Amino acid sequence: MELLVATAIGILTAGGLYLVLRLRTFPVILGMSLLTYAVNVFLFTTGRLSVGAPPILRDGVEVYTDPLPQALVLTAIVISFGMTAVVVMIGLGAFLGSDDDHVDDQPETDQSTSEGQS
Amino acid sequence: MSHWIAAPIILPAFVAPFIVLSARYHIGIQRVLSVFGVLALIVIAASLALDASDGTITLYQMGDWAAPFGIVLVGDKLSTMMVLLTAVLALFVLLYAIGSGWDNRGWHFHALFQFQLMGIMGAFLTGDLFNLFVFFEVLLIASYGLMIHAGGTKRLKAGVQYVLFNLIGSTLFLFALGSIYAETGTLNMADLANRVALIGADETVGIRVAAVLLLMVFAIKAALVPLHFWLPSSYAEAPAPVAALFAIMTKVGAYAIIRVYTMIFSPQLEATAGLFDVWLLPAALVSLALGMLGVLAAKKLDRLVAFAVIGSMGMVMISIALFTPAGIAAALYYIVHSTFAGAALFLISDLVRSSRANVDLTAQPVMSGNALTAGLFFVGAIAMAGLPPLSGFLGKLLILDAAYDSDLMVWIWVVVLSSSLVSILGFARAGSILFWKAHSVPAPDGTEPMPSPSPLSYVAVGGLITLLAAHTVFAGQVHGYTSTIAAQLFTPEPYISTVVETPGKLSTPKGDH
Repeated sequence: MELLVATAIGILTAGGLYLVLRLRTFPVILGMSLLTYAVNVFLFTTGRLSVGAPPILRDGVEVYTDPLPQALVLTAIVISFGMTAVVVMIGLGAFLGSDDDHVDDQPETDQSTSEGQS
Repeated sequence: MSHWIAAPIILPAFVAPFIVLSARYHIGIQRVLSVFGVLALIVIAASLALDASDGTITLYQMGDWAAPFGIVLVGDKLSTMMVLLTAVLALFVLLYAIGSGWDNRGWHFHALFQFQLMGIMGAFLTGDLFNLFVFFEVLLIASYGLMIHAGGTKRLKAGVQYVLFNLIGSTLFLFALGSIYAETGTLNMADLANRVALIGADETVGIRVAAVLLLMVFAIKAALVPLHFWLPSSYAEAPAPVAALFAIMTKVGAYAIIRVYTMIFSPQLEATAGLFDVWLLPAALVSLALGMLGVLAAKKLDRLVAFAVIGSMGMVMISIALFTPAGIAAALYYIVHSTFAGAALFLISDLVRSSRANVDLTAQPVMSGNALTAGLFFVGAIAMAGLPPLSGFLGKLLILDAAYDSDLMVWIWVVVLSSSLVSILGFARAGSILFWKAHSVPAPDGTEPMPSPSPLSYVAVGGLITLLAAHTVFAGQVHGYTSTIAAQLFTPEPYISTVVETPGKLSTPKGDH
């Protein structure tokens, strides 16, 4: 099972990194989501993998799984979910305003670039 | 257990929603609440710093749970100094935002400002690595809102870059925290310090990976080359008061490096040897050189200041990477200086922007308020470039002195001194184009002169410049204090024993209190 989980994290990370390097808003956001999935699974495994063990105290149970990574993952999920929503909104605003979804700076074409600023 | 140490986090956390809920449509009330909130923060921060100045370490256990099971806030000399620095900076930035009307060009400036302060204060005060991550996110979420305050396509585009870069940084942070937890089973800094020291010499693979990942995360925050690419665009496009407040955010990265690498991965630790002299120091030297070259090459004033910030972070990092008490003391002195100098220059670039059509470094007709703005720019540039008599010069002298015994002493001296020369050229070029050449360009007929910036804006910038002057005059005292901070950092045992050994709810019988 360790191999399965480790490969899953590896594939998610590799896919995420590839998409992040595409430098267009939509693939980059998808890549970020994949990366956060990868890190969530990774955090989950930091308390060691154990199948069918409860994380909280119960009568008659000998083996427990580490509850802390589950709490950490929960925090990480909430934060990354909120952040993704924020970046989608800002990215959409930037795309609608400039009709261009490049994430990196494009070479400036017009000289009066600072005119539109307030 | 004194509750005051939590106040710098709690107070903005209450002021911000109160502003949103009760004063949403009244900019006047928002301003009053925000200014009073920051004033109260300064008083609290000053008294906390006073408490910590005799070496006491204040511990606050959230929910009365003992470390490492609960989250703790710890106030020692370093964290209370950074809290005080943030609060003082926030006041002048806020005054500028009010004076220039920036806070009224979009929604919720004051609420986001308070949330940002909450995140920064929390990052300085927390004693738990995962909690540090959470406070990083709090300050980042608020900074995303502030960064795109007042909108505009260019600003949104820069905002996308800024958010994405920081999201990747956060993901990296989580990977680092995950590997640390997998190796040691704890995320409390003091507990980690004990456990990392116990790891056997042949089992250090995991913890070394974690240490490098963590250093990269903090280097992203501190805008260290080659992880600095997010900074120039976002700082230049952010509203000026926001960029000025961001001057403290790069220092959060520097603070986290000092905190984590003096306590957890201490210099004596064999597993992380070479992290600083082999990797961090060269990166810091390149940052300084690149930042100052950027100052010379910049075509706009706001980019120029952004590169000056990168350069000054390089200077701070050189001093930190020496990893001696003298180096850390000099770095802390320089951190205070470069926070005020960077913030002042961002505000000055906005003074220029508001009294002239743009901030391009080209000769244009004389701007309104030329003489006063030019004077402020002159002083700010002297401070940032590190010319005598201001604190930049003293800070640089301290860093050069601290580097005297280093193996790379020649490199450090050469880079620091030659990059200073380059930055002086850059600032002189910018200043003479902006303020002197303007006199030879006649104003086109029939154009109304732009309105002068408001007096309150000048008061805010002047206040920051005055602080720089005070930082120079009291350099002896300040450096003496930063030396005691460094001494406290290099003897972390009292910190660790205070955090780990103080009993909490768990070790007290029921009904005992």
